[in-house]
Amino acid sequence: MKSLTDRKKSVSKRELTFAEKAYLPAVLKGMSITLKHLFKKEATVRYPEETRERAEVYRGMHVLKRDEEGRENCTACGLCAVACPAEAITIDAAERQPGEEHLYREEKYASKYEINMLRCIYCGLCEEACPKDAVYLTDRIVPTEYSRGKFIYGKDILVEGVKPEERIDISQRKKDYKMDVKD
Amino acid sequence: MAKVIIDGIEVEVEDGTTILQAARSIGGEVTPPAMCYYTKLEGSGGYCRTCLVEVSKGSEKDPRPMPKLVPSCRTMVQDGMEVKNTTSERALEARKGVVEMLLVNHPLDCPVCDQAGECDLQDLSYDHGGYNTRSEFERRTFEKQDIGDKIQLHMTRCILCYRCVKVADQITDGRVHGVINRGDAAEISTYIKNAVDNDFSGNMIDVCPVGALTDKTFRFKSRVWFTKPMLAHRDCDKCSGKTTIWFKGDDVLRVTGRKDEWNEVEEFICNTCRFDKKKVSDWTIEGPKEVSRSSVISANKYKNLEKPKEFKLNDIKRLDS
Repeated sequence: MKSLTDRKKSVSKRELTFAEKAYLPAVLKGMSITLKHLFKKEATVRYPEETRERAEVYRGMHVLKRDEEGRENCTACGLCAVACPAEAITIDAAERQPGEEHLYREEKYASKYEINMLRCIYCGLCEEACPKDAVYLTDRIVPTEYSRGKFIYGKDILVEGVKPEERIDISQRKKDYKMDVKD
Repeated sequence: MAKVIIDGIEVEVEDGTTILQAARSIGGEVTPPAMCYYTKLEGSGGYCRTCLVEVSKGSEKDPRPMPKLVPSCRTMVQDGMEVKNTTSERALEARKGVVEMLLVNHPLDCPVCDQAGECDLQDLSYDHGGYNTRSEFERRTFEKQDIGDKIQLHMTRCILCYRCVKVADQITDGRVHGVINRGDAAEISTYIKNAVDNDFSGNMIDVCPVGALTDKTFRFKSRVWFTKPMLAHRDCDKCSGKTTIWFKGDDVLRVTGRKDEWNEVEEFICNTCRFDKKKVSDWTIEGPKEVSRSSVISANKYKNLEKPKEFKLNDIKRLDS
């Protein structure tokens, strides 16, 4: 039968020569390859101490932003969820009660905001859809986990902190969408 | 019978039909949008001016064009009349102005509003509005009001179409709400916040073209496009019992009347059906409601989806056996 490739090698059961029997040349050959790699440039980086340089448009883990006064921007309008091609976002809305004005910006807020990070394809359509400047994709990496359930990120992970040092900078991704269309 | 030509399409209708109804009998693009006109409510229409059209030929007997744009919901057809809607620059320009005026006081709180996704004003401003506002003034604001314990009135969002007043007038007996004050200060009121406890008062939610009157039992429960509309009916001694019920998962979140392609309910339903029957067991489900492909309500819903077959371990035969 004709073989599909010409890379086929036939195996023969011939006696090994003395040099081959001694194994030493083979060991030396292997060691030389190993040694050569010692002086090569490393292919890996020591994450998390070091991080790779990323493109400006890199899209990683999401963040739910707060405004200057520390109130959550998200108003659970559901546009991110309906725009999501992977259907990764689940939202439940609740009404803001009197006395919660310092927590939520609008009279409605997301009581549940979950992103399934295994479903998410990091396309950034949620960010484009958001009318309230609430959801952004950042340059952070989604860490590995031991179980699939842990990849469903809730508000405890997604919402940024109130303190200035806990805020997540998204100024690079912020676009000015001012409509400049002639009517 | 009268022959009318609307945007170049000829249609023959009964005498006494309005231009809007004649256009609706053609359907599609040539139909002017309507915000205040409602077929089932007598005397509605003529307030909002979104349905303005140009009449380029008055009739066969008097072929002069009408000098001004006319509201198609209130103008009767005449034999040989020629109407221009989408083909008329003037009508489109006027409509754009109307949308701008409607939005002068309408808040842009669609992300919060429960009507978003099935709002006539949203559709209208997408189709006919401009991108920017030229108004530099504060929008008028009102406190939220409860009309009875099941209906909430956001006067801020109201565009004063008077549809709900007509419902209170014509469908319920003994009207307890109407419009008070005039012009810029006009507002829907219940006359000292009288509770509307009529069996059919809930229909004002359905007729409201914006989110001014909303269902309190559905308030912030879900966005419209996350719910699935199903046609259902039940035996009701007060109304026909034919409704659309809106599912999220296995829960009935909301019950509304059945709306036709012009967003008008086919039959008014009673408050018991609308507010109190929120269990699946209360209803006989007829099937999913047809939703237009372009509507956001159809987003992420799949038709004719075949579920992958489930195998049990014993069903699988080993290939080599």
